Amino acid sequence: MLQLDRLTLTQGTFRLTADWSAVAGSRIAVMGPSGAGKSTLLSAIAGFLTPTTGRILWQGQDLARLTAGERPVTILFQDQNLFPHLTVAQNLGLGVRPDLRLSAADKSGVETALDRVGLAGLGQRRPAQLSGGQASRAALARALLRARPILLLDEPFAALGPALRTEMLELVRRVADETEALVLMVTHDPQDALALGGSLAFVAEGVVQAPTETQALFSDPPPDIQAYLGRK
Amino acid sequence: MASRARPLSLVAPALAALLLALVLAPLLAVGWRGAGISLGPAEWAAVRFSVLQAVFSAVLSTFLAIPVARALARRNFPGRGVLITLMGAPFLLPAVVAVLGLLAVFGRSGVLNAGLVALGLPPISIYGLHGVVIAHVFLNLPLATRMILQSWLSIPAERIRLAQSLGFGPRETFRHLEWPMLREVLPGVALVILVICLTSFAVVLTLGGGPSATTIELAIYQAVRFEFDLSRAAGLAGVQLAIGSIAALAAWLMTSPAGFGAGLGRDLELSAPGGWRKAGDIGALVGVALFLALPLGAVLLRGLPGLGEIPASVLPAAGRSVLVALTSTILATVAALTLALASARRTHLLAEAAATLPLATSGLVLGTGLFLLIQPFAPPMSLALPVTVLVNVALSLPYLYRILLPEARALHADYGRLADSLALRGWPRLRWLVLPRLARPLGFGTGIAAALSMGDLGVIALFAGEHQATLPLVVSQLTGAYRTEAAAAAALILVTLSFALFWAFDAGGRRAAA
Amino acid sequence: MHGFLHPRPFRRNMEKMMKKHLLAAGLLTIATPALAETPILQVLTYDSFTSEWGPGPAVEKAFEATCACDLQFVPAGDGAALLARVQLEGAASDADVVLGLDTSLTAAATATGLFAPHGKTPALNLPVEFADPNFLPFDWGWFAFVHDKTKLPEPPKSFEALAASDLKIVIQDPRSSTPGLGLLLWVKAAYGDRAGEIWQGLADNIVTVTPGWSEAYGLFLEGEADMVLSYTTSPAYHLIAESDASKGAALFDQGHYMQIEVAGKLAASDQPELADQFLDFMLTDAFQSVIPQTNWMYPAVTPAAGLPEGFDAFRPAKSLLFTPEEALVARDAALAEWQAALAR
Repeated sequence: MLQLDRLTLTQGTFRLTADWSAVAGSRIAVMGPSGAGKSTLLSAIAGFLTPTTGRILWQGQDLARLTAGERPVTILFQDQNLFPHLTVAQNLGLGVRPDLRLSAADKSGVETALDRVGLAGLGQRRPAQLSGGQASRAALARALLRARPILLLDEPFAALGPALRTEMLELVRRVADETEALVLMVTHDPQDALALGGSLAFVAEGVVQAPTETQALFSDPPPDIQAYLGRK
Repeated sequence: MASRARPLSLVAPALAALLLALVLAPLLAVGWRGAGISLGPAEWAAVRFSVLQAVFSAVLSTFLAIPVARALARRNFPGRGVLITLMGAPFLLPAVVAVLGLLAVFGRSGVLNAGLVALGLPPISIYGLHGVVIAHVFLNLPLATRMILQSWLSIPAERIRLAQSLGFGPRETFRHLEWPMLREVLPGVALVILVICLTSFAVVLTLGGGPSATTIELAIYQAVRFEFDLSRAAGLAGVQLAIGSIAALAAWLMTSPAGFGAGLGRDLELSAPGGWRKAGDIGALVGVALFLALPLGAVLLRGLPGLGEIPASVLPAAGRSVLVALTSTILATVAALTLALASARRTHLLAEAAATLPLATSGLVLGTGLFLLIQPFAPPMSLALPVTVLVNVALSLPYLYRILLPEARALHADYGRLADSLALRGWPRLRWLVLPRLARPLGFGTGIAAALSMGDLGVIALFAGEHQATLPLVVSQLTGAYRTEAAAAAALILVTLSFALFWAFDAGGRRAAA
Repeated sequence: MHGFLHPRPFRRNMEKMMKKHLLAAGLLTIATPALAETPILQVLTYDSFTSEWGPGPAVEKAFEATCACDLQFVPAGDGAALLARVQLEGAASDADVVLGLDTSLTAAATATGLFAPHGKTPALNLPVEFADPNFLPFDWGWFAFVHDKTKLPEPPKSFEALAASDLKIVIQDPRSSTPGLGLLLWVKAAYGDRAGEIWQGLADNIVTVTPGWSEAYGLFLEGEADMVLSYTTSPAYHLIAESDASKGAALFDQGHYMQIEVAGKLAASDQPELADQFLDFMLTDAFQSVIPQTNWMYPAVTPAAGLPEGFDAFRPAKSLLFTPEEALVARDAALAEWQAALAR
């Protein structure tokens, strides 16, 4: 279980609070106006921002003592998910062993992961030789390899077209199913939130609200979500 | 950041503190041997002149380097690689060799005046403040060009493509892409040059034309050598350090990170505008090529005839110098990379100070102070070469640091979080992220450090033992014994070796980055 | 220490580097180990004395053949650096003899109290009387302006004539160079209170002032000036070593200031007898005959074989020299006059 225990995050004058929990394997879309603090929340869980007060716990363990790399977390950023000077296979390999001393089994694991995301045979390419969709797939393949129990997605598909995005969400669901990961996905698009399934945590006015079942929320949205969605 | 202390965050301050101690302890040791610190009007006049010529030299070198770097960044032509490599050469010349090279062009019987006289025009004199500034521009413009070019080439292709798609002309490109980049790199470049010129001694005195061209370093020399007034020497060295610190603080305040974000590392040419801009670029390139090549050619021509009569002691001295240079370079690179990576995470004023002040330190006071510190424990002679290495590390680190810092910052901003999230730490982070991403500046910086470490005369003279002469010392011994031709030849060997070291590192870095 | 300071990220490559570094340091510090039982005589001197082409190697060989000792020359920069070095080391110095100070520095050297009297009264071939309880001369020379006779067949015969001409000269800075200081004292000794006026007259002849002798001489050879401050024996170098008879030294009517190079025994020496023996040896033929064609100065005692060709070509009629005490007193005022006259 992921617990946000009376959490307060501060960046300059900006303040964000959250106090809720989610069980392992949940799918949670994080939505809210620009600048509301969606990425801030993900940064704190991933270990890039130290909470001002409160705690973040996973399975009862406080994450504060763990560095970003030690946390049970994989994060996909808006961009820069791949190192441009390394091949796709090396980029994936880093997810298995940061020193890239890969055993034969590790290497075949990388090949399998590439195959699973539809990038079979592209392991020796550099990121610059991939399309935007292929780069996203490669990053997801690494998430698959790392198989961490929390998967954070900070709008990694924002730059992709609708059809490609649908494909990617499908892939996220498959990765999450296989790794049984709890997914926190930042998005602006209600369709994406619905496609992910599960629940939705709305961020506004400095508060991350507790996740509520997405379908139910959209069928009877409270006023602030209505305002965000632009519905009268 | 997780709250657990990272080891690197302790190493960098410790390293910075060590470096500062290396600069300040000798100063205190010298000051302590004297009775107190006192400066008269003559010393203040020296301070004023030092600052004046250093500011002129730094501003001119930096601003003249901008058009040259831009032309190199956006034009492709045969010989471009050679010209870029040649940019490393003047900076590595021993001051006296550089001065003689310049005089072959600008001197009373130089090429320029021969031409002017042939045209019936009055000859010009290089001696005076303008001569000092010309020499300093000759020595430092190439360094500035290389540092600025480095930044130009690191503007991500995505940003250039965006600019092109928005229909940016050269003016808009300058305003939105080039100016932010320059804002980040120029203060650091100007700072390094200002501080080098502040402590310049032989160039200023030889070309200055008279006692009004007196620098702080000469006043220190006089205080130590002729009056043995160590307190005054320490006071002057302290003033020099203080000026260096103020300059470092000013540069630090003026620097604003460009924040271009990362690119995918695709190759993309900058657009190369035509018309008068093309003519301007050609003019800048031809001008700088002539300005650098003529004096360098003179150094070559002066050195060749004496190659047959260089004494046998040149060879072991050259070997010793190369060994010292390589050892110094390895240590300086480790230290500079540590400091630059730490500063990229968050600003370390201590690291900034440690990476600037060694340049502003007086070589003579540093040498004298180290001598005083070491003498109670060991015969200084027996430590000549280790002390040379130590001093070289302190003196070459600032260049390495300045060259590495902008790209270390970009690396941290673009890939720091991804690397952290993948637990990429320690050696793997160095091996798979830092070294490949920083290969270009590392190659250039280590090249500069290696070449600089070949010349070490100022500080080490006090420590030199009977059989430990380095190549620069042999050159100075030869010039001191009428053996002008052999000295020119030995200097040519020194310059060639320095340049070879520079080239090997620089080209290696560029190849690794490609 | 490095292992402690560096975190794991750097330790591995640090260790590799340390190994290399230690290897290098190990190679470097194998200096010249003392031969067991052989007494060592350390002579602190200026760089060019010890170089391969200086007097050092021949002198070392000749003295070691007679003394059953190990003579070590320790180079310490130029002449002025030598005194600074002696003062820095103080009584803790390992050196026994200091060789290469000149008469503009001996008053300051005596004042340090670090030198011991030599107690000798050797016969010398100097154009002036010289007796100093602490220091013995080993060579000497006259300062002079050197020129190219093919370009300047009729050089000026005085500072006034030089000032009145439009000839260009290069000189050394008296604040960083012993010849520069020598020139300052030369003008003072020749003209007394008129020195400032002479310097004002020379101001437009001076192309530039260099930090040391080698820069000035280099500029002259490059054609940057018609004349350079050097020694009357400089043309002999070009004649003997390069078979080039074109260089001359201008003889001035008021006389020429002298530089006398001396050596002295340090009071704290642990080899006082050996030091005395070296000072005696210094004035013998074995040492003195080496001087002319290595140091390019006049030997303090003319060797039995006489002087090489060219050493008699430019002999001033009159020699000028302050006593060390006079030199010390005159220096500050002369320096102020010089600075005032040349500051543009």
